[in-house]
Amino acid sequence: MSAEAHAGSHYYLPHPSHWPILGSVGLFTTAVGGALWLEDMGFGKYVLLLGLIIICVMMFGWFGTVIRESLSGTYNAQVDRSFRWGMTFFIFSEVMFFGGFFGALFFARVFVENWLAGGSNSLFTNLIIWKGYEPVWPSNGPGNLGGDFEGMTATGLAAINTLILLSSGLTVTIAHWGLKEGNRKKLCWFLLFTIILGFAFVALQGHEFLDAWYKQHLTLGTGIYGSTFFMLTGFHGLHVTIGAIMLTVILIRSLRGHFTPQHHFAFEAVSWYWHFVDVVWLGLFIFVYWL
Amino acid sequence: MNTVAVVHEHYAGHPSGIWRWVTTTNHKDIGTLYLCFSLLMFFVGGSFAMLIRVELWTPGMQLMDPEFFNEMTALHGLVMIFGAIMPAFVGLANWMIPMMVGAPDMALPRMNNWSFWILPFAFILLLSTLFMPGGAAGAGWTMYPPLFMQSGVAMPFQVFAIHLMGISSVMGGINIIATILNLRAPGMSLMKMPMFVWSWLITAYLLIAVMPVLAGAVTMMLMDKYFGTSFFNAAGGGDPVLYQHVFWFFGHPEVYIMILPAFGIISEIVSTFSRKPLFGYTSMVFAIASIAFLSFIVWAHHMFTVGMPLAADLFFMFTTMLIAVPTGVKVFNWVATMWRGALSFETPMLFAVAFVFLFTIGGFSGVMLALVPADWQYHQTYFVVAHFHYVLVTGSAFAIMGAVYYWLPKWTGHMYNETLAKWHFWLSVISVNVLYFPMHFLGLAGMPRRIPDYPVQFTDLNQIVSVGGFVFGASQLLFVACIILCVRGGKKAEARAWDGAHGLEWTLPSPAPYHSFAEPPPANLIWTRPYQAS
Repeated sequence: MSAEAHAGSHYYLPHPSHWPILGSVGLFTTAVGGALWLEDMGFGKYVLLLGLIIICVMMFGWFGTVIRESLSGTYNAQVDRSFRWGMTFFIFSEVMFFGGFFGALFFARVFVENWLAGGSNSLFTNLIIWKGYEPVWPSNGPGNLGGDFEGMTATGLAAINTLILLSSGLTVTIAHWGLKEGNRKKLCWFLLFTIILGFAFVALQGHEFLDAWYKQHLTLGTGIYGSTFFMLTGFHGLHVTIGAIMLTVILIRSLRGHFTPQHHFAFEAVSWYWHFVDVVWLGLFIFVYWL
Repeated sequence: MNTVAVVHEHYAGHPSGIWRWVTTTNHKDIGTLYLCFSLLMFFVGGSFAMLIRVELWTPGMQLMDPEFFNEMTALHGLVMIFGAIMPAFVGLANWMIPMMVGAPDMALPRMNNWSFWILPFAFILLLSTLFMPGGAAGAGWTMYPPLFMQSGVAMPFQVFAIHLMGISSVMGGINIIATILNLRAPGMSLMKMPMFVWSWLITAYLLIAVMPVLAGAVTMMLMDKYFGTSFFNAAGGGDPVLYQHVFWFFGHPEVYIMILPAFGIISEIVSTFSRKPLFGYTSMVFAIASIAFLSFIVWAHHMFTVGMPLAADLFFMFTTMLIAVPTGVKVFNWVATMWRGALSFETPMLFAVAFVFLFTIGGFSGVMLALVPADWQYHQTYFVVAHFHYVLVTGSAFAIMGAVYYWLPKWTGHMYNETLAKWHFWLSVISVNVLYFPMHFLGLAGMPRRIPDYPVQFTDLNQIVSVGGFVFGASQLLFVACIILCVRGGKKAEARAWDGAHGLEWTLPSPAPYHSFAEPPPANLIWTRPYQAS
């Protein structure tokens, strides 16, 4: 096996690895490509694509190594705990990332609208710059940027999507029960249901985006409402997509007989992540669609 | 010597040459990479500062056009913060935390490698903007819109560089937390951890909490410029001040990310060279934790002049002044540790004592800046520059230098050249005050920061400042000389290189073996503070 316990049997220490440097090259290529593309320079798009491919290759190789090491029983309970702490704090960092965008939404709704309308100490803002602007929500600002539009509602697709995502949280838990009981059939079927629900969510979200963009005239350029709506739900949708891909990997591994009732951290990590995107959606549903 | 089982050097089957450093998963290799990278960036950022001081030698424009001057101030800040100070602390964490908690390595060694190897790429990206059409972004390290959005080609490159640094920091933070929480030797409870480990546990938490927020802030700006969103555009219902709020929600904890590990280092050094246990260990832990908590609710003191509602000004003024309480606890504890100790003044201790004095000066000017009415006068003047250079240079950078001298014997197996190191210290500590102290007066007299020109009455003080700057810059070459000489040879260092030193790292031979602890060290080696043992 590739993993070698350098330091006696007590601790696990991995070999030198070439995956991280490949990951750095991938990130660098993606960043250069992205920047060139934004500035319409050179072959930006293709460089960006190349970078993303390198990152995918790196993840495939790196996770592959970890899976092989895990299957060969290299990881003891201590390594398992390290992974758990790692995943916990990774999810915490994601929470903070969304926190920044939620913060922007609250700030705009609670303060900026009020100030543009002359509230607090901003009387002259309203008297001189934005004459007679009244606070509203949804708002595209005193400049009516992007033109007239129709805001989102909590009924309709958003409600259905909430139902879908909450159900997927339930199915992934049932799959976990199956895994703990040693019932592989239950595990695989309920994982499959979860994945279907996940991709159904993404598809409906895509449909909703298209409707918003073309029928409701709600675009990224529709002032602060369009900005916060698309950035929050867009980043969330991206996370759901990543989560669904991770669940698919877990399903493939389950079908191949990986995981035991006692030892299945990869499954748990992905289900933690899935519950995290679920909770973020609840925040979105309440603050973006509903209130 | 001691009874700790030591692993033999294990290079067999490992790549050699440059590939060893590129693929390494060893905490000492990665720590060394971090430290060398940070030293390199210290000189890159320092050379930008030298150019700034040359330009400010006399009134009027000498060397450069104002745009380039702005690029220098912006890149000086970014390079020093993200390239020099932060990687230096992460490097020290990598080297020392596994040894201090009795572990063989970091918890997630492969990710540790990735955390480091993202950084050189991020800085290639950042520094390459200097050579782009339109030059680098000259909007300060804070990158406020709308100015930053007018930077042209450089902007997306700089934003993506920030993203990469954020990814690196978050992974580094996760690794440090996992190591501290999971790899401590049996018997080392949280309240028996060395202060340096405690300070990094809390710093890592801050890193993970705020780096993603910075990523979000610069992403919003990218979207505003290239995809027509209106986060920072009032016409669309956004607000440029929103950026400042999001940025400083990151920025203020960031300030503590750069000083908390320094607190840990100073606690170690002061205790060792006073030959006394640290005074008030528990209060030190709670003080660091309180500072970290407060750092999340003080951010808007960086923006008192943007026209916030009065209630907000008052709230942020009071919370800011509250920070003086735990910080004061720490300063008093260091002084009390030295009180009636058997003090000796080797170079690490000199840096630590200088830290206690000079960081406190920076703390006092911080309290002045926290007062809203006073801040309205000091804001955007050289007084602010003086304040944060006292806390960052004579604070963070001095702590890093002290730490390097303190642990060099453990890393290299040799003692450094004490005479040369003392020259480095005295030249640095004198020149750094010549450099920064007059900036207080310049600021109080009204000289604005980030401006390449000034009225003639400021000439004398600016020339004193510049002389201090040049001498301080040149003195750092002695630092490099000390390090190189110590790596190449010198008096053999004992396992316990300092007779007053305690802690697990000193039970390992010098230089420390490639994998620190093969087996968990016996519980009797975990040093209990004498007054707790009874």
